[in-house]
Amino acid sequence: MTVADETTAQAEIGRPRRRKEDARLITGRTKWTDNLQLAGMLHIACVRSPFAHATITAIDVEEAKQAPNVVAVLTGQDVKDIQGSLPNAWPIVADQKAPPHPAIAVDRVAFAGEVVAVVIARTPRAARDAAELVDVDYDELPAVLDLKKAAADEVIAHPDLGTNISAHFELHSHEIGTGGNVEDAIRDAEVVFEREYRQQRLIPAFMEPRSVVVDPTGEQFVMWSSTQVPHILRLMLALTLGVPESKLRIIAPDVGGGFGGKLQVTPEEVITFLAARHTGRPVKWTETRSESLLAAHHGRDQWQRLTLAAKKDGTMLGLKVELLADMGAYLGLVTSGVPILGANMFNAIYKIPSYTFICDNVFTNKTWTDAYRGAGRPEATFAIERLVSDFAAHIGMDPMEVRKKNWIAHEEFPYATVSGLEYDSGNYEAATARAEEMFGYAALREEQRRRREAGEKVLLGIGISTFTEACGLAPSRALGEANYGAGGWEHASIRMLPTGKIEVVTGSSAHGQGHETAWSQLVADKLGVPFEDVEVLHGDTQIAPRGMDTYGSRSLVVGGSAVLKAAQKVIEKAKPLAAHLLEANVDDIEFDKGQFTVKGTDTGVGIGDLALATFAAHNLPDMMEPSLDAEATFDPINLSFPHGTHLALVEVDTETGKVALTKYVAVDDIGNAVNPLIAEGQVHGGLVQGISQALWEEAVYDDEGTLVTGSFVDYTLPTAADTISFETDRTVTPATTNEMGAKGVGEAGTIASTPAIVNAVVDAVRHLGIDDIRMPLTPERVWKAIQSAGQEQQAATPATQQPHFGDAPNQDTPETDAAVSGAEVGGPDSMSPDTTPGDGAER
Amino acid sequence: MIPAAFDYVAPTSVADALAALAEHGDDAKVLAGGQSLIPILRMRLNTPETVVDLGRIEELRGIREDGDAIVIGAMTPYADVLGSDLVREHLGLLYKAVAEVADPQIRRRGTIGGALVHADPAGDVGAPALALGAEFVITGQGGERTVPAEEFFRDLFETAVEDGELLTAVRFPRHTGWGSHYEKFVRVAHQWSIVAVAAAVRVEGGTIAEARVGLTNMGATPLRAKAVEEALVGKELTEDAVAEACAAAAEGTRPPTDLNGDSDYRRHLATVLTRRAVLAAAGG
Ligand SMILES: Cc1cc2nc3c(=O)[nH]c(=O)nc-3n(C[C@H](O)[C@H](O)[C@H](O)COP(=O)(O)OP(=O)(O)OC[C@H]3O[C@@H](n4cnc5c(N)ncnc54)[C@H](O)[C@@H]3O)c2cc1C
Repeated sequence: MTVADETTAQAEIGRPRRRKEDARLITGRTKWTDNLQLAGMLHIACVRSPFAHATITAIDVEEAKQAPNVVAVLTGQDVKDIQGSLPNAWPIVADQKAPPHPAIAVDRVAFAGEVVAVVIARTPRAARDAAELVDVDYDELPAVLDLKKAAADEVIAHPDLGTNISAHFELHSHEIGTGGNVEDAIRDAEVVFEREYRQQRLIPAFMEPRSVVVDPTGEQFVMWSSTQVPHILRLMLALTLGVPESKLRIIAPDVGGGFGGKLQVTPEEVITFLAARHTGRPVKWTETRSESLLAAHHGRDQWQRLTLAAKKDGTMLGLKVELLADMGAYLGLVTSGVPILGANMFNAIYKIPSYTFICDNVFTNKTWTDAYRGAGRPEATFAIERLVSDFAAHIGMDPMEVRKKNWIAHEEFPYATVSGLEYDSGNYEAATARAEEMFGYAALREEQRRRREAGEKVLLGIGISTFTEACGLAPSRALGEANYGAGGWEHASIRMLPTGKIEVVTGSSAHGQGHETAWSQLVADKLGVPFEDVEVLHGDTQIAPRGMDTYGSRSLVVGGSAVLKAAQKVIEKAKPLAAHLLEANVDDIEFDKGQFTVKGTDTGVGIGDLALATFAAHNLPDMMEPSLDAEATFDPINLSFPHGTHLALVEVDTETGKVALTKYVAVDDIGNAVNPLIAEGQVHGGLVQGISQALWEEAVYDDEGTLVTGSFVDYTLPTAADTISFETDRTVTPATTNEMGAKGVGEAGTIASTPAIVNAVVDAVRHLGIDDIRMPLTPERVWKAIQSAGQEQQAATPATQQPHFGDAPNQDTPETDAAVSGAEVGGPDSMSPDTTPGDGAER
Repeated sequence: MIPAAFDYVAPTSVADALAALAEHGDDAKVLAGGQSLIPILRMRLNTPETVVDLGRIEELRGIREDGDAIVIGAMTPYADVLGSDLVREHLGLLYKAVAEVADPQIRRRGTIGGALVHADPAGDVGAPALALGAEFVITGQGGERTVPAEEFFRDLFETAVEDGELLTAVRFPRHTGWGSHYEKFVRVAHQWSIVAVAAAVRVEGGTIAEARVGLTNMGATPLRAKAVEEALVGKELTEDAVAEACAAAAEGTRPPTDLNGDSDYRRHLATVLTRRAVLAAAGG
């Protein structure tokens, strides 16, 4: 049976059910970590470094210790021998360099926001009050903040390392036998097209701030944490602190979003654990939003240089990618691997005969980076989709035509890519045709031309993103080859209760995705029981002892597959019992829609009856153990490769530089959808997050290394008021690597939408001589690009004599680009004195 | 974050509030809607010993007619301003500006008086108050005085309200029959103004008879674009004529530079937005 059949009459799979978890999540009537109140619980306030790089010369905690209701104050000196070093699970090269990563800094801080002392008190307020009394003396050290300067090793973020380069990684198609040598292609090409793009730094602004509670109950420690990864956290805490894993129970209760930002083993989790052990009492730490923006890991932050070798007719011959990736001050759980997750994705949907990927992972004195929705693939997709559109303009071709000329045709699947992946399925033609039809591409191009010719001030731009991505982080063997510290499997078990109800235990750890609903739909269909009879349990290492958790759009394709596999085992286990009770041969037993029947007859028995019969165990076949329960671990044979075509229409107000998104068509191919409503929700949310990178978000530091975007006043997140209604549809090319034919959908929208938006804005103003504007595309940057383009055009050779836009003075060298100087060097130092907030100036 | 500890008093009359302020002097802080003050306290940018909450003083709340003026009590929340027919009819500009403040939750709690005394240059009620020639009623232990808008805003976060005084009401001259528009420029909807322009015009037979233009976030205080106002008078209502009159909108301003734009960009914006605001005001 293939459960992916979306047409079955009352099938649960394919049904756009509302999520069973919504009521409690939306009303907030649930257990968030911070809602927990334990008897005698203490509270933590962290003292954090205001300096980006400094030696700690002295810490005076005496006054804080004497403050009312304070139980203890811990500094790095107090815990240096027991706190271990926070884990990095992905040494991407054998000689990867990394400094020790203390939870509490011991004698040096390497970014502003690093914890230097911790106050433990009877109330949150007492802890905060006393934290103000901790007196820390610092000797400031030179800080390196700029990624390119850091790569040049002028100032060293961690002097002991002697370099800022953590790792140098290379992948060449001619070395792994998947293609030619890109240098040959570049040497011989008719067209060599080079671009440099910037991935700005972002902050994963999950709705629920991070929170940890640790209860040292007797021998065991119970930790509640607002985390995406309870299982990984348990293992890593054991390894970091030397506590037996069996003494740790981790619970991720309802978690209010993560976006990769809670795929981490955090200093604060270690600190809360140490505080609970030190005091022998339950301890809670909940961050403020300011702390979250400052010290929870950041995302993206790369310089990307791409060189494309091609023919004049648009045929791609080779692609060379050179990255600088900002690690920030430390390596977190997968910090080092994030750029590498993009290593195989720059070639995207295109047939490129030769490929090289080179990346330097670089330390700076900023908050450490790590996974953020898409992790590595948005970066890759942005660069290639921007490059293809820029290249099309460069050779005077329609950007969609260049794509069509180079993409993998649907009959060419499965397709071995130049970067070493095997795409199992896809149909780029179908998704693109549907998107073009919904968008009205030709008519909008016409309207674009009309406005330009009429000299209108509000111009139209059309942006294309024909993306693919690789998700469902697995298989284990491939992860092993990539030096990743863990496997890519997922675990599930199914418990058949005597009343016929079913408990599904999953190692996936939902934090807003709706697993409880989707997994129930899977099991309802597979075992032929009502949706309502299935309960999904997760997020507690004592209930779901094995798991790899939720990230990388892996839960359905890997975790869901494990659930189905376990369910299949239940069926297999039940068959002999059914045969026994029906007095038939086991080979004659068939299972369909919850009923075991004897082939060719209508005698049968329901699966619920068998569960009860097993419970009673009065009449079982000889040797049968009285249980139908089953567990399974699923390790896929490949990643999954969702793809789609996204088309964006923007209006650019040339008078102010303001960009207004007016239409967005997203046609995604995620294979079969178990719950189309949930899938659609993932696409919508993903789109907003990707659009937000293009237009709104950026973590900005000043010259001292202080985070300027330290609150939501300055870190401009969008709300519903800033978005439009998206027009979405799906084409269905089932994945061949899992029973459902499903592909991941959690990150697709984010990955696809950023380049669609930037391509659209550049498309609107390209005729003015603009070929790039740095993200986020603030009105100021867009307006200044327009202003300076006008000036350059006047000074430079007439446009007709310029062979390529790419050869003209470039917009995308930010250090010299007037369009970006205001924001990049912004902050207190460049503010006019009269706007520096004084007492009460905070908005 | 958690504010430092403070004492809390909630008087029910202006006299009691003034007495509380007199008693605690420098160490006291007045609380209105709390939409600016509470974040300040939570971030411990200010640590008053006593907070004097005006929320229970009925006499400070409400909107009433008084001769040629509409008088708005300092503790009147934005939401009540938006719900007032008097404001809609006679103070269209104020109505439109208030509708652009933050979001519904903040408009329910934030007050006109709190906003004006807080005097954030990016705040949205200062420029319309200035443009409409509002008068500020300030009460101290010595009694009441009235300060014209030009003298109210002194500097960044600084007004004519002295320590120990309260802003009790704002008198707005009626602008019945004027067209008005508040052109607010932001990157995301819930943001403070990067630049905004408040414009009110009285049109007679296709020409502009009178104009009032206020600028938000173009300097340390709200500013009035007097030169533009004068240039507009007598102008025919055409795009070109209005654009010409508005060309000088940014002259003499010293707008800030921050993440949203540098001062040159703000000057440019002010010019464009002034033209748009005036045209929109004249059109509706
Ligand atoms: C997220 C957010 C977004 C916002 N966006 C905007 C926006 O887009 N545009 C905008 O204009 N504003 C915005 N605001 C600010 C909002 O308008 C505030 O309500 C306003 O600035 C202050 O009003 P309040 O009544 O809350 O005053 P409070 O915060 O209670 O007080 C502000 C200051 O004024 C003093 N004060 C208050 N009343 C009196 C009085 N009667 N006499 C003497 N002193 C007094 C207080 O002591 C304090 O110093 C925003 C606020 C937030 C939190």
